[in-house]
Amino acid sequence: MTPFTRHAGRVAALPRVNVDTDQIVPKQFLKRVERSGFGPVLFHDWRYRGDGSPDPAFELNRPEAAQATLLLAGANFGCGSSREHAVWALREYGFRAVLAESFADIFRANCYQNGLLPVSLGSNEMGELFGRYARAGGRYDLVVDLAAQTVRDEHGFRTGFAIDPYWRDMLLRGLDEIGRTLLEDQRITAYERSRA
Amino acid sequence: MSACARTLCEKVWDAHVVHRLPEGPELLYVDLHLVHEVTSPQAFDGLRLAGRRVRRPELTIATVDHNVPTDDRAFPVAEPVSARQLEALAVNARDFGIELFDLTSPRQGIVHVIGPELGLTQPGMLIVCGDSHTSTHGAFGALAFGIGTSEVEHVLATQCLVASRPKTMEVRVDGALGPGVTAKDLILALIGRIGTAGATGHVIEYTGDAVRLLSMEGRMTVCNMSIEAGARAGMIAPDETTFAYLAGRPRAPDGAGFGRAVERWRALRTDDGAEFDARVTLTATTIAPQVTWGTSPGMVVEITGRVPDPADCASAAERQAAERALQYMNLRPGTPLEGLSIDRVFLGSCTNARIEDLRSAARVVRGRQVASGVRALVVPGSQQVKAQAEAEGLDRVFRAAGFEWRNSGCSMCLGMNPDVLASGERCAATSNRNFEGRQGRGGRTHLMSPAMAAAAGIAGRLVDVRRWSAA
Repeated sequence: MTPFTRHAGRVAALPRVNVDTDQIVPKQFLKRVERSGFGPVLFHDWRYRGDGSPDPAFELNRPEAAQATLLLAGANFGCGSSREHAVWALREYGFRAVLAESFADIFRANCYQNGLLPVSLGSNEMGELFGRYARAGGRYDLVVDLAAQTVRDEHGFRTGFAIDPYWRDMLLRGLDEIGRTLLEDQRITAYERSRA
Repeated sequence: MSACARTLCEKVWDAHVVHRLPEGPELLYVDLHLVHEVTSPQAFDGLRLAGRRVRRPELTIATVDHNVPTDDRAFPVAEPVSARQLEALAVNARDFGIELFDLTSPRQGIVHVIGPELGLTQPGMLIVCGDSHTSTHGAFGALAFGIGTSEVEHVLATQCLVASRPKTMEVRVDGALGPGVTAKDLILALIGRIGTAGATGHVIEYTGDAVRLLSMEGRMTVCNMSIEAGARAGMIAPDETTFAYLAGRPRAPDGAGFGRAVERWRALRTDDGAEFDARVTLTATTIAPQVTWGTSPGMVVEITGRVPDPADCASAAERQAAERALQYMNLRPGTPLEGLSIDRVFLGSCTNARIEDLRSAARVVRGRQVASGVRALVVPGSQQVKAQAEAEGLDRVFRAAGFEWRNSGCSMCLGMNPDVLASGERCAATSNRNFEGRQGRGGRTHLMSPAMAAAAGIAGRLVDVRRWSAA
């Protein structure tokens, strides 16, 4: 997994609550047997009109969002289906972190597994970020620092965030969780014997 | 609180801890890993790339459900991309030694229907599957939750999962549900009350008389939709209803082993004095049949209610979501739900396609006709449910009324197979999600109980099934 230490990048904003994973990757694209190929269909039914042309009203289609690597989103982001395809799509599209008031549990776990950092901030901080994004006309950059557990911009915004220490360490080091768990093989075997 | 008083969830969790990692989360042992065709191919590929094997293939069960056709089951299926995914699972099951219930098996069905039906799902187990509705299995007092594909790969390789201890929430439902009011209405009412993120980070335990009175099918419906309240899992302590359901199931313990298992299972209850992190109480007698009006399961009202006015929403974010939902659903504030005309009926899904659901819908349908212009579909949750329904003559009731009678699968719950809504079509659905486009791009889904959906199909519009019985 690609380590995540500190990332500076352009922000895109999707100020909608309860964005479910059916919107992030609609079901018609879940038939792929690979982990790749989902970036082009990220938010497909919002991003493209029925005739296949980009919908200019959709937030990610704004010209200033073209190079975005950080996503500001509404509360309960990633609810619904467990499909990890949603996270693969966000990563392949280019996002390194999603900032929201809250995330659905399975989505958050899927983010960790793929080096996409879910950053939970309070409603005041999220409101401030959406405000700064709007005032900057969408040309707004942030720095997300996992080592320091901070989010900041170049105009005085700075806030800390909490994260599970296990996942902070895994992300900072870019560790493979299966490899790590296999180091506990003797313990797993002992547990199996104790229940046999 | 007594120092050792524990909740049901804590007891099951504790029994599965292999090791506590220094950073806090725990390595948990998985008793049963259910696998389906959509969220597993990348996990098996990961194993191959790393040269890893499946640690306990005998604790892993696979079935095909998400994208199988429900009409013609000839293999390979007509749609080439679906066929490729089904073929991938067949190859993976063969290569890694995993039992597969494929389209030729009389035991095939939706993964959350066949687990309980086979007796694979048992009290006290830790069960995972790459599917959010794995919470269904909690109806048996198992701790069961959905995981992503990377975690599927992790469980295949290690039979374990790394997870942090969840918070616990008690949802107590006092009293008894009224006539025409079902488990589906109970869970929709809860989601309407606490919201779609109301139980995020928590495992819900359902308690109270109304829950005790539910059949296993009803309990599964409730636990199934726990995820729609944001919960990690839903659980119900096992009791005589649970044991009676499991007795004689093909993969349940048999003979003296069953008696010994029941003795163990009886200990799976929350101790007196154990504390939950959160508590919610509902009164069953005040719950009416529920219908969703929007694009999130929390956007729900009683059938006698009206489409709410976004202006009444508590926050700007909720108001915008409600406005967007009304536009998508083509509804106006203040419109009564009762009388809203529909185009399609979908009776199916892991939420409501078990035998009791089909019986309940058939009682409403018997001797009547689907309204003209309405297309109605019955998709049994498993081939066993289908066979049982046919033995009871329910298929004839549905067919005579003009319903299409299909083979099992997830079908129009998520429309990965050819069963989809056309843009603008309005559907009375017994499934679990009314998200935008879920049943087909531009499709408009109203979630409700099987009896309510069946009645809507006959009337051609949403009706209150409580008055139907008297009609």
